[in-house]
Amino acid sequence: MSKNNPQKLYEDIKKKAQNMFKSRQEKPLVMVGTATCGLAAGAMQVKEDFLREIKDKGLDAEVIEVGCIGHCYAEPLAIIAKPGFSPVCYGYLDEGLVHRLVEDFLAGDDPSYEYAMAALERNDEFPTFEDFPRGVYEEKLILEHCGFSDFSKIESYIAWDGYSALAKALSDEPGHVLEEVKNANLRGRGGAGFPAGVKWEACLKNGGEEKYVICNGDEGDPGAFMDRSVLESDPHLVIEGMIICAYAIGARQGYLYIRAEYPRAVEHTLKAIEQAREKGLLGNSILGTDFSFDLDVFQGSGAFICGEATALVNSMEGKIGMPESRPPRLVQRGFRARPTVLNNVKTFAYVPLIINKGADWFKSIGTDESPGTAVFSLVGKINNTGLVEVPMGISLRQLIEEVGDGLPEGCEFKAVQIGGPSGGCLPESSLDVPIDFDSLHEAGAIMGSGGLVVMDQEDCMVSVARYFLEFTQHESCGKCTFCRLGTKHMLDILTDITRGEGDLETLQLLKELGEDVRDGSLCNLGRTAPNPVLTTLRYFYEEYKAHVEEGRCPALVCRDLILYYIKPAKCSKLCNVCVGSCPTEAIYTREDGLKAIDQDKCVKCDNCRKACPTEYDAVLRLSPPVLPGEKERKVK
Amino acid sequence: MQLLEGEKEEILACVKDVLGGNSKTQENLIPILQQVQKKLGYLPTMAIEKIAEGMDVPAVDIYGLATFYNQFRLNPPGKHEVKVCMGTACYMAGGDITLESFQRRMEIDEGETSQDRYYSLGRVACVGCCTLAPVAVVDDQVEGKVTPTRVDGLMLALEEGRDDNSSQQPDSSEGDNNE
Repeated sequence: MSKNNPQKLYEDIKKKAQNMFKSRQEKPLVMVGTATCGLAAGAMQVKEDFLREIKDKGLDAEVIEVGCIGHCYAEPLAIIAKPGFSPVCYGYLDEGLVHRLVEDFLAGDDPSYEYAMAALERNDEFPTFEDFPRGVYEEKLILEHCGFSDFSKIESYIAWDGYSALAKALSDEPGHVLEEVKNANLRGRGGAGFPAGVKWEACLKNGGEEKYVICNGDEGDPGAFMDRSVLESDPHLVIEGMIICAYAIGARQGYLYIRAEYPRAVEHTLKAIEQAREKGLLGNSILGTDFSFDLDVFQGSGAFICGEATALVNSMEGKIGMPESRPPRLVQRGFRARPTVLNNVKTFAYVPLIINKGADWFKSIGTDESPGTAVFSLVGKINNTGLVEVPMGISLRQLIEEVGDGLPEGCEFKAVQIGGPSGGCLPESSLDVPIDFDSLHEAGAIMGSGGLVVMDQEDCMVSVARYFLEFTQHESCGKCTFCRLGTKHMLDILTDITRGEGDLETLQLLKELGEDVRDGSLCNLGRTAPNPVLTTLRYFYEEYKAHVEEGRCPALVCRDLILYYIKPAKCSKLCNVCVGSCPTEAIYTREDGLKAIDQDKCVKCDNCRKACPTEYDAVLRLSPPVLPGEKERKVK
Repeated sequence: MQLLEGEKEEILACVKDVLGGNSKTQENLIPILQQVQKKLGYLPTMAIEKIAEGMDVPAVDIYGLATFYNQFRLNPPGKHEVKVCMGTACYMAGGDITLESFQRRMEIDEGETSQDRYYSLGRVACVGCCTLAPVAVVDDQVEGKVTPTRVDGLMLALEEGRDDNSSQQPDSSEGDNNE
């Protein structure tokens, strides 16, 4: 323990930060969500619109950028905080709405509730996000400040009590800090669920002067973006967690491994590190103690396999990112052959909360075996796409129907794919499985990266399994024969099935191959790559059978097994919409004025079916791809 | 792909510059490749050879790294770069159809650059705007709901740009187009 009191130093820093923010609270503040999802929806234009409108009206208001609040379906979003009102969040913004909000709310005193999504503080006038159906289930721990705090200013984080956990930890013995994390049973959020405290302890016990703390931000799952969102919206939370970990195990240097494809996450993290150094929260003698620790960002070059611990370390050392057999584990021999703690972005983000509120508080959330919350990115046929954070243990049904607000109209639930490319597809009958590390594993899926894709009757299970396998096959590093050749062979078989080739023996072979790849691969990429195939074979065997036995794709997706056909009885002579919609000029007008498709030219892009007015609905997909016989033809 | 006039000198200067700014350890290899690619837009074969020479490692090792990691590209970016999202949501909404439409219109395959370096086409894992699926990124601008008809519209806009260029400088070589 050093003579300086870190708590006291921290209080000074916090007071300054709060003073700085007091001035901000005196005038209206517009917070535009500019995480990658917001930018894609046009958040920068919205920000400029706000700035212009405010300037035109000569108002005294500030416009800042914040991260993602998880309601991605309503982007672009902004929160307006005006003294005297509860801050209100508005979605689906465009130029007109911005003009209206500035005029009515910023210049006038009408919060235009008819356009608001929710208020942020309890009030008598308008519901808050907690009053949403999903609010009943949602429990935001690590996403609490994402999208509500100015990521570009460390003061914003400190004003919310940020870095107080660090000050608290530094006033305590490292051993106690470690004990607290261990007691909390914080399980690794990268997907495997290994207890973080046990990992830290093992690293500590391996001793040595030189140890490393590495944060795994190599989120390569196509369809999950929570790590990016946390790093973009609240980088200090992760940094604080890493410093506390370093203190507990006695490391002096750490790295954040972030995908180079996430330029904003890299930029925000680098800036956050710089600011933390300036405040004396990072670097030499942190908060006046004799504990020193520094951080750097390593930009990963985009290989899914580098999410695997040993492959990640290899790539940091400038080698090809191939996994090694374990043991030795990283805590024994990691980066630069030194003991290394590697945890996921989210795992580190929980640490400051656990230190501040205690292990018992953490364990009171979620289930006994998997305490805490889980973050999911909901995509596919679901109303509320976006990021959600829910306590472990709620069922998939609650997550999809209540939190995600169910499927859009006309969509009938068929399957949910959970855990990214290595996860599994679960059918309706598995929806009551509670979400935690162990239950999902039993059902054949994994927690994985937290990607959750909802599928309906129009999604073909064979094609989905093929999609995920194509991804893992491409990302296989090539070290193990089963993974390198087995996944390739499986992919070939699946491609054949989508063409209607094969028989029941092929399906059996596919299953056996999948099991062999699972058993014969070194790392989790190979071991889990067959999951989507094995689970769809298990739960949707009939659909596979229809492909190989009848040459029929029940979901009408596999393009070799369908054809497009304009039903003369439904088509109208007065309408030409489909002709213009066809990118290959395959649709022609018959002698009788009705339309027909030249099958040789058709590329099955679905454009004509989308274009055909609903009152006709004349474009049909037929599977198996056989044109109706002369009977239909004779109609003309 | 053939180098443009003056490109060779540019590559040599860039590699020299980057190698000079980094210590020559294996740990720095990936950052060095990243820096070269950032400056040149891609990793030409010549740059790979020169880096290998400078670092005193076999060129095939560098080539191995460059092909292992998705970030590195071995062909130059086109003047207009189109990346089609192949994330889960986009795939399910017909991302492959979008990609095919671009391939048909640009007459190049995924991962390729057209001979005149006007277009390049690639895929991207997930841009994180799954509500807009299928998504394509056209010159860093995210376009949502990209159906084949929309592809035709986007291509039309890009083709118009080409006409402008050639009418302004009727004698310009391909090299000038790429400046």
